Parts: sequence; C-alpha cells; structure tokens
Amino acid sequence: MRPSPSRLLNILVPVKRAVDYAVKIRVNPQQTGIDTNVKHSMNPFDEIAVEEAVRLREKLKASVTSIKAITIGPPKALDTLRTALAMGADSAIHVEVPETQPAPEPLAIARTLKAVIEKQNAAATKPEDKIDLVILGKQAIDDDLGVTGQMLAGLLGWSQATFASKVDIDVAKNEALVTREIDGGGEEIKCRLPLVVTTDLRLNEPRYASLPNIMKAKKKPVEKLSPADLGVDYTPQLETLKVSEPPVRVGGGKVANVDELLAKLKEAGFP
Amino acid sequence: MLAARLWARQRALPRRVGFSTAALPHTSLNPVTEQDVAHFSKFLAPNSIISTLSPNPCAPDELETYNNDWIGRFHGQSTTVLKPKTTQEVSEILKWCNDHRIAVVPQGGNTGLVGGSVPVNNELILSLANMNKVRSFDPISGILVADAGCILQSLTDYVAPHNHIMPVDLGAKGSCQIGGNVATNAGGLRLLRYGSLHGTVLGLEVVLPDGRILDQLTTLRKDNTGYDLKQLFIGAEGTLGVITGVSILTPPAPQASNNVILALPTFDNVLPLYQTVKRQLSEILSAFEFIDRTAYDLAVKHGQGRALSEEDTKGAECFVLVETSGGRREHDEEKLNDLLELLLSADKPLINTGVLSQSPAQFISLWALREGVTEAVSKEGKAYKYDISVPLSSFKEVVDNTREHLRSKGLLHDKAVKYVLGYGHVGDGNLHLNIVADAYLPEIENALEPYIYEVVAAHRGSISAEHGIGAMKTHALPYSKSAISIELMKKIKQVFDPRGIMNPGKVLE
Ligand SMILES: Cc1cc2nc3c(=O)[nH]c(=O)nc-3n(C[C@H](O)[C@H](O)[C@H](O)COP(=O)(O)OP(=O)(O)OC[C@H]3O[C@@H](n4cnc5c(N)ncnc54)[C@H](O)[C@@H]3O)c2cc1C
Repeated sequence: MRPSPSRLLNILVPVKRAVDYAVKIRVNPQQTGIDTNVKHSMNPFDEIAVEEAVRLREKLKASVTSIKAITIGPPKALDTLRTALAMGADSAIHVEVPETQPAPEPLAIARTLKAVIEKQNAAATKPEDKIDLVILGKQAIDDDLGVTGQMLAGLLGWSQATFASKVDIDVAKNEALVTREIDGGGEEIKCRLPLVVTTDLRLNEPRYASLPNIMKAKKKPVEKLSPADLGVDYTPQLETLKVSEPPVRVGGGKVANVDELLAKLKEAGFP
Repeated sequence: MLAARLWARQRALPRRVGFSTAALPHTSLNPVTEQDVAHFSKFLAPNSIISTLSPNPCAPDELETYNNDWIGRFHGQSTTVLKPKTTQEVSEILKWCNDHRIAVVPQGGNTGLVGGSVPVNNELILSLANMNKVRSFDPISGILVADAGCILQSLTDYVAPHNHIMPVDLGAKGSCQIGGNVATNAGGLRLLRYGSLHGTVLGLEVVLPDGRILDQLTTLRKDNTGYDLKQLFIGAEGTLGVITGVSILTPPAPQASNNVILALPTFDNVLPLYQTVKRQLSEILSAFEFIDRTAYDLAVKHGQGRALSEEDTKGAECFVLVETSGGRREHDEEKLNDLLELLLSADKPLINTGVLSQSPAQFISLWALREGVTEAVSKEGKAYKYDISVPLSSFKEVVDNTREHLRSKGLLHDKAVKYVLGYGHVGDGNLHLNIVADAYLPEIENALEPYIYEVVAAHRGSISAEHGIGAMKTHALPYSKSAISIELMKKIKQVFDPRGIMNPGKVLE
C-alpha cells in the first residue's frame, strides 16, 4: 500500500504584466522611461511558472489542492490573471496599483507576497490549506531585476531553488528535487518544502489557453486587494535617472581583398 | 516573317516542362557570350556580374541558387546573372539583349512556386536583388514607392514605425521581393481584407524589352485616363517587361490583432463556420484560413509553430485559423469572445474546441502553424503543388478524390506518394492541393495531370489561383482560359515583346 501523502500542496504563482517580448521597445523623448502604450502580455518566465504548476497538478493529481495566481499591478493586469486562470490556475488575487503610480520594486513585491502567504497560512485551519510552494519567473523581461524570488525566500526563511529547468516534488517526503541552470550545465539540488522556485526558460513550454478553459476562467474567483490591505509601502527606493536606447549599430563595410582588410585594421588601431 | 519566327520559337520550346527542364535551344534566341559579358562590364559594377564566362569566370556553384527554383523542381543552365543597381542599368541591359536576341529571366527572391523565376535553358538571369531602396513614403496617404528588389519583410519593417502595414503578406516574406509579388500578383494571407495587388498597386516603373522605360509610377489613387497599362504587368510573371519600381498603397496598421485556431470535427462544418464567423465579426475579420489534418500534422512534425495539446486536437478532421484586425482592442475582443461563446455553447457545435492567442508571441506561433505548411511540405518530400480555385464546398472532395485516384493507380505508398493534403484561403475560394512524394516520378505526374486540371475545369475553377502559370502550367492554360483569351494574350505579348526575349516558355507556350 502506498503511504498516503502526509500533506497536500498549495501553490502560489506570482505573475507580472509586462511589455510583450515581440514588441519593439521605444524610449520616451524625456528619457524617463519607455513607451508603454504597446501590447502587453504575461512575462514569459511567469507563463512558464503557471505551466509548471499546472503540470505538477497533472502529475501529482489530487495532492495539489490549489493553484492560486497573484499579480500586483494596474487594473489591466487583470487580463494577465485571466490568462493564468485559463491555463489552469483555480483562483487569483489582484493587488491593484493605480495606473499612474510607478511599478513597485522587487522588495515591495516580495513583501506583498509574504504578506499574502502569511495571511492565508495564518487563516488556515488545517496544515494542508497552507501555501507551501511558490513558483515564479526568475526575472521579468521589462526591468530584468531578477531578485524577487530570492528576496521572498529570504523574508519567509524558506528554501529556494532558482533558475529551475526541472522540478520533481515528492509530496509524501515533503521534498523537491530541482535541476538548476548554471554556467555550462545543470546542478541538482534537493530541498525541503516550503519552497520558492524561480523558473528558467527550459523548464517547459507553456500551453495555449483553450477556448473552453478561457470561458471557465471568466467564472473563476479573483480577490481584489490594495497594498494598504496588506500593510506594504510602495514608496520607491530607487530613482531612475535616465533611460536610453542602445547605440545604433553601424553597418559593416565590404573590402575587396585581404590587403584592404589589413589596411582597415591598421586604421582602426590594430597592430 | 515574324509569325514564322514565333512559330519556330514556340516549336523549339519544350511542350511539357517536367522535372528538369529540357535543354532545347531557342532557335531564334542567342546564348550569352563573352562579348556580351564584356559589354555589360562597361556599365555595371564588377560585383553586379556573376558569370561562368571570361574574363572573370566564377565557380559554377555560385550560380546554383539562381538556376534552381525554391521547390527544387526546375533547373536552368544560365551562365550569367546580372544584378543592376539602377533602372538605367536595367534599361541598358535589356536594350542590348533585345538587339542581340538574348533571352532574359527577371528574378526576384526566387520563391515562385511554378518555375517562372528560373531559366528554361540558358537565358540570362536579371536579378533585382541590388535594387532595394525605398524611394519615398508618405505617412499621411500611406503611399510607398520602392525599388522592385525590396524584400517584402523589409518593407513591412520600414512602414511599421509609421503605423502602416503592407497590403500583402505571405509565408515567403523574408525572401520574396515586392517586384516579384507584383509580377506574380501574389495573393497571400491578407487578400480577404485588403484586396488584390490589382487594387493596391497605384503605379509601376517598367523597363520594356527594348530598353525603353515606361514610367507609370504615379501616386494617384484616381486616374481614369484611358487604358490602365500597369495592370498588364501585374501577374505577367516577367513576360512583358522588368518591373523596377512599385508604388503601393499601404493600409494603416490595425491597432489590435487577435487570432484563434479552431478544431473542427468534420470538414462539413467549415462553410457554416465561415458564415457564422463572417456574420459575427464582420469588418474585423481579416483572415479565415483552412488547414486539413494532414497539413497540420506535417507543420507540427517539422517544427512550424508550437503545437496544440493532444486534448485540443483530438478528433479534429481539420482546423481553421481566424484572424481579426481592428482599431480598438476592447471592441474586437468583445466581438471575438461573443463569437467563441456562441460557438462553444451551440446545441450542435461546429467546433470541438480551439485556442486563442494570449500574446503577440502566441499570435505569431499560431500563424506559423498555417504559414509553415508550405515549408513543412517541402521538408517532407518532393511536392506537387496545385494552387486552384474551386467552390469552397468541394475542397475536401477534391483532396479526397485525388488521394483515392492515386491509390487506385497503386501510387499511394512510401516510395511514391506519401501524403495528399489541402490547405488554403477559404475566404478567397483558394485551395492549395499538395501531393508529397518520395521523388518526382513520371507515373505520379501522369496520374495527376490532366486529372486535376479536368476536375478544376469541371468546377469552372482556376488552375492557378495565385501562384501563376510559370513554366509549370503553360500546357494547362486552356483549362482555365478560352481560346479567345489566349489569342489576345499572345497578341499583347507580341506588342510588348516582339522578339520574345522576356522570360520565354513562361505563361504562354
Ligand atoms: C513559403 C512560400 C509561401 C508562399 N505563399 C504564397 C501565398 O500565400 N500567395 C501567393 O500568391 N504566393 C505565395 N508564394 C509564391 C509567390 O508567388 C512568391 O513567393 C512571390 O510572390 C514571388 O516573389 P519573388 O520575389 O520570390 O519572385 P520570383 O520567384 O523571383 O519570381 C516570380 C515570377 O515573377 C517574375 N519576376 C520577379 N521579379 C520581377 C520583376 N521585378 N519584374 C518582372 N518580373 C519579375 C519572375 O520572372 C517569375 O516569373 C509562396 C512561396 C513560398 C516559397
């Protein structure tokens, strides 16, 4: 007889609405930021995080009791939550930030996530209602800061497995085996739950949202919260001085023969 | 005299272009000689001439990409490729060729699918690749004037920051040139929305076979001053002159685009689905493309776009890609959602399920499944491509009957025909019927032709909806064009090209 799982998994998946990666970024004329009046979609690493949560459920079946998506962002970030719900999350939380306010920084995000987790875990009457796994992108492609997951693990005092390319969870043993992407290969680590996992590109290929699931997603619950509800301060600690475009690439030239090439190299200061 | 010479030339041309083009000489046309190359080098830059002839012979393999067509079915034996940089240079080349009766094949991106862009024998190849500058763009009217050799994708990129798009889009956009598009009157994926090039091309600059430059490069939307000569060059496949400049109307870029792939349990649902989609989406519908199961599976097999999940494709006989483009995202999404809800909640649903792109990246990926079929087919084997117009309701019947016909001839197996598949532009009544074989075999060809052309003729359809006639279908022209039409076409050819130097063996036999 198989041992019955000692506990059940509740997964929290933070997702961010970001400028889509297929969009060409344009810096505004004041050089204070970028033109955000362009197509947005879910940060690709977060899409991978949602996919991984859904796959874990497909694999572990009933051991995964809940998958909850959460976003901290402007009203339009609700679209991003709907996508997560259409991909297979059960419910969602939207911590709404006014459109005009600057995007909250990673530490503020990590504090918000911590507050949400602690709130839910404190309210949990049974241990199996507690959130014990957070899966999130290793970075967002808009600001590329890449620290939220680590900060969250630090604040919570949880294990962390960053840049994951493979995640196996043994619910009964309360353990996860994670392969991390490191320079030149992979590193396998074993960690105890509760755990924060940040996703790398190779972890999986996210699914399309199917029509029936998109329709179902419309009926799934989305809880709305404000930063004040969670007692988190979003006052920025960083100041953006200037945003500029990368220098325009100057096209190459053609040379007729090797001699000309050598001459050009000399001209350019090569010995 | 003239008639006799034409007759002689026609006789000399291969009547039937097969797997490799037969090397029959044009009796009245001359091959390129060293003297000719010497003459060209007087006014062309050295890097505009690639020739195996003296004084600077290149390695024969340098000419390979120019002599062989995209599907690998047609092979020319040209010795010389010229890549002029200006209209004036094109004019001087043609004048010389006309005077010396040297046949010329205009070549764009060489992505044509009917063997029109490569020589039948040893004609001179005139590549437009070096004429690749945008001449002007008016962001208010959206009128773009460009050299014929501009690559379609680069023009798309050029107008994008001005919030415009090219009215034509097709799978070959990374290689094909606007001049080639015009010369083939390419249809493509946006025809449903923006109409054909006969409407969007406002003017052309054409070098006539005798070297004269016909400047019709107007940017007028209205110009009713007699015969509209430029129309003759649109779809002439380089048989009347060389297009060197194109003036084209680019529509404003839609502010919002969405797409969805729908999985259908049976082909019979495609038509009612088309009706429903048209009614519900009306002005925002911009594409309605059909892919049968075989085509879909091949696209997935050859890595064209991310596949749908097994659950979503289970029991699907075919797929439809619907694209919307409009001015306001919320409005379009509401319409699209209403449609999808209607489709899913119907008592007798027309669709099994479907997927809706959630991001521009997924949008591209869904399109790749449709656009990638052409490429997947060519990776899978040797393709016989029939691009036909037949009534929508007969799409599946035509594909299935062709498969059965091949089976009855004992040709449906690993070493002969591997797949028979259909995909295409439902909105335009255009079916791409593809037969994928292990190798080009005369038995297969004999089984397919005239069988398919007869089927098309029985439906009063077109034997070439958008790819043209090229070298591949000259013999089949009578299935779609009456004797009177063909006679008039020949007269027009004679008026423009009395010596028959322009792309001989193409379009007309
Ligand atoms: C992957 C793929 C997808 C395609 N999809 C479509 C599609 O959806 N719809 C469609 O209609 N077609 C399609 N095609 C075929 C289509 O005809 C060509 O891709 C394109 O229009 C040809 O452009 P090109 O520059 O490559 O011309 P080429 O192949 O070089 O030439 C085609 C013909 O035009 C002539 N020509 C070229 N340039 C000039 C010029 N400047 N002046 C005079 N004559 C010239 C040539 O002599 C030849 O007869 C597809 C092809 C591929 C490979």
